[in-house]
Formats: sequence, structure tokens, C-alpha cells
Amino acid sequence: MLLIHCPYCEEDRSELEFRWAGEAHIARPENIAAISDEEFAEFFFLRNNEKGLTYERWRHIHGCGRFFNAARDTVSDRFLLTYKAGLPKQPVPVAEKFAAIAEEKSVETWEQTEGDAR
Amino acid sequence: MSASSNSGSFRIKGAGRHTPARTARFTFDGKSYTALEGDTVASALLAHGVHLIGRSFKYHRPRGILTAGPEEPNALLDVSRDAARRQPNVRATVQEVFDGAKIASQNRWPSLKYDIGAFNDALSPFFAAGFYYKTFMWPREAWHKIYEPIIRRAAGLGVAPTEDDPDHYASRYLHCDVLIAGAGVAGLTAALSAAVTGKKIVLVDEQPEVGGALHYDASTVIDGQNGYDWAQATAAKLRAMPNVTVLTRTTVFGYYNHGFLGLVERVTDHVAKPSKDAPRERLWQVRTKKVILATGSIERHMVFANNDRPGIMLASAARSFLNHHGVAIGHNVGVYTAHDSAYEAAFDLKRAGVSIAAIVDTRDKPGEAVLAEARTLGIDVLTGHAVVDTSGRHRINSMTVARSGNFDRRKIKVDALIVSAGWTPSVHLFSQSRGKLKFDEANQRFVPDVYAQNAVSVGACNGTDDLAELIDEAIMAGGGRLALSGENRFDWTGGMVGAGEGAGPDHAVKAFVDFQHDVTAKDIRLAVREGMHSIEHIKRFTTNGMASDQGKLSNMHGLAIASEMLGRPIPQVGLTTFRAPYTPVTYGTLVAHSRGDLFDPARKTPMHALEEAEGAAFEDVGNWKRAWYFPRRGEDMATAVNRECKTVRDVAGVFDASTLGKIEVVGPDAAQFLNLLYTNAWDTLKPGKCRYGIMTREDGFIYDDGVVGRLAEDRFHVTTTTGGAPRVLNHMEDYLQTEFPHLKVWLTSTTEQWAVIAVQGPKAREIIEPFVEGQDLSNEAFPHMSVAECTVMGVPARLFRVSFTGEVGYEINVPADFGASVWKAVWERAEGMGACLYGTETMHILRAEKGYIIVGQDTDGTVTPDDAGYGWAVSKKKTDFVGIRGLKRPDLVREGRKQLVGLLTKDPKEVLEEGGQIVVDPNQPKPMTMLGHVTSSYWSEHLGRSIAIALVAGGRSRMGETLHVPMADKTIAVEVTDMVFVDKEGGRING
Repeated sequence: MLLIHCPYCEEDRSELEFRWAGEAHIARPENIAAISDEEFAEFFFLRNNEKGLTYERWRHIHGCGRFFNAARDTVSDRFLLTYKAGLPKQPVPVAEKFAAIAEEKSVETWEQTEGDAR
Repeated sequence: MSASSNSGSFRIKGAGRHTPARTARFTFDGKSYTALEGDTVASALLAHGVHLIGRSFKYHRPRGILTAGPEEPNALLDVSRDAARRQPNVRATVQEVFDGAKIASQNRWPSLKYDIGAFNDALSPFFAAGFYYKTFMWPREAWHKIYEPIIRRAAGLGVAPTEDDPDHYASRYLHCDVLIAGAGVAGLTAALSAAVTGKKIVLVDEQPEVGGALHYDASTVIDGQNGYDWAQATAAKLRAMPNVTVLTRTTVFGYYNHGFLGLVERVTDHVAKPSKDAPRERLWQVRTKKVILATGSIERHMVFANNDRPGIMLASAARSFLNHHGVAIGHNVGVYTAHDSAYEAAFDLKRAGVSIAAIVDTRDKPGEAVLAEARTLGIDVLTGHAVVDTSGRHRINSMTVARSGNFDRRKIKVDALIVSAGWTPSVHLFSQSRGKLKFDEANQRFVPDVYAQNAVSVGACNGTDDLAELIDEAIMAGGGRLALSGENRFDWTGGMVGAGEGAGPDHAVKAFVDFQHDVTAKDIRLAVREGMHSIEHIKRFTTNGMASDQGKLSNMHGLAIASEMLGRPIPQVGLTTFRAPYTPVTYGTLVAHSRGDLFDPARKTPMHALEEAEGAAFEDVGNWKRAWYFPRRGEDMATAVNRECKTVRDVAGVFDASTLGKIEVVGPDAAQFLNLLYTNAWDTLKPGKCRYGIMTREDGFIYDDGVVGRLAEDRFHVTTTTGGAPRVLNHMEDYLQTEFPHLKVWLTSTTEQWAVIAVQGPKAREIIEPFVEGQDLSNEAFPHMSVAECTVMGVPARLFRVSFTGEVGYEINVPADFGASVWKAVWERAEGMGACLYGTETMHILRAEKGYIIVGQDTDGTVTPDDAGYGWAVSKKKTDFVGIRGLKRPDLVREGRKQLVGLLTKDPKEVLEEGGQIVVDPNQPKPMTMLGHVTSSYWSEHLGRSIAIALVAGGRSRMGETLHVPMADKTIAVEVTDMVFVDKEGGRING
């Protein structure tokens, strides 16, 4: 069960409190009535469904009720960050690092990153 | 006779850790035995020399006890306290004996010793891997009726209990900093180290006591003490610390995402007379910041011909039975090994007075230290030898030994045989956490490599064999400082995976790889020959590792044999995925309190009890219980519903509409918001008026509908379908928060705040008039589609003049707490005037008579407002609303779309089936061209005939056309009509 950080409540809460709400940063065209069939298809039907780093929306439906954005690695299910709705797509500085780990198979233990054990 | 001798003739005086005076009685297949407290069923039976425990899954071969732990594939038993408290497939090596336990063997008939199913063993050439798939294919219908039931009866494990489970189960959440799985040397050391940091620690072990391998390993000394004693003292020390929780008899069965783990604690299964208040088992749902995996390793058996006879068991198991339970597994024990660890088992047995027939070692050069010790103890060691066969019907009585590559064989008499092919690190939890394994070529094992979560493996599960190294590793993982010494007598070497001498995949012998599913080395060869080249396919074809033990012993052997057959190294053949649960978990634990009334919450309206008292039948609508109809004495459903329909049209009816979804839309931009969310225009709606609204999604299809009342410039009372309220609110919130955040609007769910009493019918006004204050109900002052805030019986109310019946109608909204009293008064008056109570069935019929649609019944997510005949509800003036673009898509504006129309059967008594398909020519060849289907169909008592609504291609251009609905036994002719069947002019509604 995922642990998700709600950027409004500023707390990590269990997945049970949230509902997934599809790909993020797909803005509804302001002149929607005037767009072409192709543009409408692009906006409404087509999704990237990328493997790896994905930007998606969640709603803290059984909490504050707010929709927000998240960057998640769909391979590891790691949340790289979450941020409020309306903000532009946020860069994920550590994303490259995560990708590198998967490729090189180097061991990243908590001990190494946090140094707690030593 | 002393108590100790009662507890079995194979008890060794002075051996084991149980107290001889503390006994427990139990029965096995009806025969009574005495055990010692602390015994498992396995150790108790072995103490009495009972080795034959069960019959195998497929071949019904006699089977015994193979292990002393949770990995046991063979010794599965049925354990009961009483008829209801009975559990099948319990591992004899895990279940602790309690006084009064009734234990039975499984999968045998008529008895364990004389089992008719054993005939399968003789027929075994026919039961090879894939046999069922290939043989029972024809005739197709026979599979479910004939083949499957017979096969299931013949091949199988225990029988599920039929009575309700009378026990209760608990569920708890736990948050901690460090969870340590496994309390052997590594886990205890890590816990000690972590505990001193002050962090919140949880230490979990599946056995009744901590200690892990120290249960059998009697020679290891830690901190100057006997290992097992050190473990108990350490656990006591940890338990006394406020930041440490030690859970025994608790299995970490699943390691999920983000530090979430599932634990099952067995609370009463070992207790003779459990307290009624105690749960049988407790589910722990743990969220931890870090996991230390100290899950140890599992010994593998040797794969050789007839390696499954009772009396053959793992070396470590024999050591456990001796050193922990004080039980010798035989008088004259053989040893077959590829690893030094079995030698230590032989030494312990020998010292306890058991004779060792011989140690047969596949290796030419075992460890020198163990060889020297064997010589000292006078044990015969045959290096470079193999056990190539065994004999003995219900228990092994001899092993056949041959030198490697030599045909000379000799039989050695034994009454038990211990085996070891080495140790498999328990990486189950690590793999569940999505960690990646690597193959340790030198030791032929998979060990943790890349971690996906904040976890660390220590000890045997990490492939760390050396004790001093293991202790260092555990201290470091715990994060504290600690000085601890450890010493074991021998450093173990050796190990093998795959089939032994004479049991290779090309030999026609039964060398079992997977005991629980009766998979032999030969089956794996067959799978490869039949073209299965992926380990995932081989697994499914042979069912190797797919039994309830999940291949804890068999996976590595199976993989090695497949690797040899395929000529590819093990890591390239791959390892099957480890999945939760680690060991079987009862449904009771997972379900906990979510059963019976608590399985799914029932939503009841404030008037529920009053409706119940009036004899209402209820139907489920989502979680709601809605009054369906109100049968009077002697009435069946049809009679009751016909009476209700007639009474509403002739007099009036009272209906509970409380379940209607209600959303309060408030704010200066409320009208603008609704303009964007509904197809209709809302700024033209004046306060005090209502409008029927249709909501589409961006794709232009109908999503929801309902009446919206405007109470003030900035306040709307929106109603939704009963089932649609949550998703409509979510849909609204989504747009408000993310697309139109500039609008000043606030949304509140008010579904449960209002009780709604609908009064419909010619006498509706007369019925409610005396209760209403502050609103003139005359047609002029309060016409159809009006809303007012007033008081009803002195209670602040929202009164709607709306109709879902086509009659004069009112919906009285009062705060939920007043619902029952207002309902009571309204109904009392209505009843006196000849009105009736009516339920959802009548409501459905009356609305269908008027052609009012139900979203989700007459529409299915592919219907536009125009398809439904509601094109008028889509504003032509608005420049934007959700769906405006979707509605213009070419397919949504083309000719010939399916449209909702009315259908009248040629025979007025014939009521169509909802879902019936509609065709033009019933005599056309199949498959017929279908025009659409019937969405609603009822008997209309008011019209004295049947009516129906249907989605028909080009429906509105087919008025008067005759179409057909082909049924299984006949074809029904229908005429396409308008959807309004009653009062087409709409005079009644305004009356």
C-alpha cells in the first residue's frame, strides 16, 4: 500500500485515503468549442501511459478533498514528489539517479543514503 | 509409567527443552496420544514413532514429516477443536499440540494405511505433467460435470469446513521505525543494536519462541552462553525495553510498497481453552521506516529415487526434533548429504545414543573438520557415494547406496534417513519488496542485490555464512554499538542443486522435487521436451512450486534441473516471482470484522423503520436500502405494484426520495459554474424555480441528470441520481479545483442532511397543504418546477413542486432528524384520504409511462442528450460547457444513431424482457443485424397493457414501424412509438 504525501495536508497518508485521477498537466483547451477533431482526440482520448517517471493526479478524497499532482516512477512505485494543483510541471532532480540505479543495479541501501547505521 | 515415557518411546531422556511433567492429550486419526507442552504435532507423533502422516496429492503415496518448520510440504493435517472449529491443511510442524486437539490425516480413503487412491501411483505413467490438460479436453462439456469433480476428489488436500467460523479475528495498525523479520541470531542481534538507538522497534518471529536456527543448532555459543539460552535472555531483555515490541507466533507474510507489511499473529491456536475474548488470529498492518530482513535460510532435500518415504527428513529437522523436542527420529539413521550441516545432525543423534548407519556424501572431499569428528565418533562415511533408491512401504527400511558412476549397489538397513543438499536463503520478503536478486555462482544460490525499499538483509538470508561476520552485519544494520561474540563448532561447506546421482531427468524413477504437488525430476524434463523453455512456463506446466508451500524446498532444484535440460546457466533460466503470502493466511484474518452486517455498510433513510413497519420490501441500490414496494396481506409483488400505480394516478402516493443525491452549490459564481457543468443554461433560472439538468462528460455522453432548484442568486440545490452522487461531486470538484479555480463556488454534499418525502398524485396538494406554512401552494403562486424555503409542521423545509410521475407532485425536504415525524404525519393524512405508500418499482413504472429516463438504465455511457430525446436541454447559446466539443464529434452528429423511443407490443399482454435485442426482419440469417435493445419494460396497470422504452438505431424516424424482438422461444412484434405513454399533453402535472 502506497504512502502518499498530500501537499495540502503536508502529511504522509495511506493510499486508502486517496483516489488516482489520471495523467497530470492535461489542460482543458480554453477555446474547446473551436478545436479540431484531432486536437480534441489528443486532449481527451490520448494518454502517454509511460513506463518510469509519470506525472499524474491524485485526490485526497477521504482527507482534505484536494486534487494535486504527483511524479511517480511506475516501475518502482516510488513517489518522487507531490505538489499542488495549478503549479507547472515540477522537475524531478533525482529522477536520473533512480534510473541509473535500476540500470547499474548498484545497491542503494538506506544506510548509504542516510548513513544512519554508521 | 512416568509421564515422560507416556509422551512417547522415542523421547530421549535429558534431551530437548520441554518439561516432562507437563503433558497434553490429543488424538490422531482417532487414536489417543500424549504429548509434552511445547511439542508440535510433528514432534509429538514422532515421539511415538509415527512417521506415516498423510498421502500425497496426486499419487497418494505414503508421506511423512520432511521438515520441522513452516516450509513443510508433506505433513498437512486436519486440526479441530469441534465441528465448526476445524482447519484443513495445517502443517504438523507448525501446529503446537494443545490438550484435546483432534487431528486427522487427509487425502486418504478408507484409511491412511489402506488408501484406494494409491492405485494412482501404479498408474503414474499416465499422470505425468500436463496429463490433465491433454487428456480431458473432449468432450468439452464433460470437463465441468465429469472430469473435474472426479479429479478433484482423487487429487487433493484437505476438505474445507462447511460450518460458519465461530471464532473472531482482530486487526491492528502499527507504525514503527524498524521492523525486524526473524528472531534468530541475526535478527536478535540487529534488534539489540537498533534498540539502543531509542527508535521504535518491532521484532517478529513465526515460531513460539525466538532463536531461529538455535532451536536445532545446539553447538553454537554466543556471548559465552549456549545459543538458545542467549536468545531467550536477549528476548527478555528486549521485551523489557519500552521502545521494543517482540511478537512471536507471528509471521510477516507480505512486504508491500512503501514500508507496508502484513503480519499474522496466531493468538489462540496453541491454547487448550482459549478465552472467548481473545481473537483467534490478529492481523497487523505495519508501516515502518525501515525493515531488517533476518529471515534465515531453508535446508533443501536431496533429489533421488523414492526420496519421499516416511522417515526421510531434512537433517536440520532431525536436529530440531532431537535438540528442541527431545525426540529421536529413529534407532538407526542413515545420512545422505552434499553439505556439512548434515554431519552435525548425525553427531548430535549419535551422542544421544542413536546409531548412524552411514553418512553417504556425494562429495569426494567434505569438510575436514566434520570428517575428523565423524571418525572420532566412529561413524562410517561414504564419500563420492549416492543414495540411489530406498525401500519400505509405510516407512523407509533401507537405502540403496552406490559409488558415483559405478553400478555396484548395496542396501543398508535404516529406519530413518536424513538428507541435506544445502541451504536456500529465504529471500521471499526481499523479493516481495521488489528487490532484485543476484546469483551467487560459488554457492549456487540467489542472494539480495538491489534494494527497492529501505531494507537491509542480514545473516543467512543474505548469504552470510560466517557467524562473526553475521553478527557484525546485524549490529551495523541495527545502527547501534554492541560487542558480541559468537562461536560455532564447524564452518559448513558444500551444497548442490538439482537431481542427485541416478535421479537425473533421464531416469525413469520417482525422484521428487516438489513433494506437495508430486512433481518429479522427470516431469521437469518432460516440460522442457514439450517446449517449455521459460521457468514460468515450466512452473505452470508441472505445477512445481505452486502448492501451498510455494516451492520453499523445490524451486531451486526445479530450476537447476530445467537449467541442465536447457543447457543454460541458472540465472538465465530465471527465477519465478515470489508472491505474498509467505505462508498461507486464513481468510478469517484477512476479513477480520468485515463480515455479516459489517461486510458492507447499509445506508438507511430516516424513514426506514417506519417503512419496515408498513411491511415494505426493500431493494439494494448501491449501499442504500430502498423501499421497493409495500405489499398488503395476501398481495404478491405484481398485485401490490399494480395497486400502488393505480392509487397514485387516481388519488396520490407517498414515496421516500431521501436517497436522491443532493449537492449544495453556493457562491457568487454558482450559476456560471453550473453553466459549465450542465448542458442547460442556468443564469436564466430565477430564484424559486427548478430546472431539469443534464450533465455530460467532455465526450458528450450523458453522465448524470437531476432537478436543480435555485434558492437564491448564489445558492442552488442540485439533485443527482441515487447512485451517482459521489461521482458527480467528484466530477464537479475536479473541474472546480483544476479547470475553473477562478470561480468562487463552494460544493457540499447534502444527501444525508435532508429527508425527502415525495407526495404525488391528484390529491397531493390537498394532502400537504395543512402542514405547509409560509408558502401559497396554489398553481399560480407555486406552479410545477417551483422551489421554496418554508416550514412544514414547523420544521424549516425546502419544498419542491416537481414530478417524476406526471402527476401533481411535491417533494418535502426536511432536516434528516425530522424526517420520520414529518413522514408519519403526512402519511397519516394521506392514508385517510385514500392514498398509498409506494416504492421504487412503482416509481419506475410511473416514470416510464411518462417517458422519463433513468440514467444508467435507459442510457449506458454512449447516449447523448439528443439520442435520449432531450436535445432541448442542451443550450445553443452557451459558448462553453463540459461536453460542448464532444457533442460535435462526427460520430455523435451522424444520422442513424441509436435513439430512445417507445415500444408497444402488438399483443398488449406481452411484457418485453429488458435487454431484448431488436431487429427489423426476424427471419434474416444469423447473426442478425441488431438495431438496439429494450432498456425499460413494464406492465402498465393504468393503461392496461405493457409499455417499453428502447434504444433503436434511427429510432425517431421509425415511428409506427413494426420491429421484432427475437426471444429463445418466440419472436415478439412491436411498434415504435413516442416515449410518452400517459398524458401526452401534460395536463395532469399542472393540475
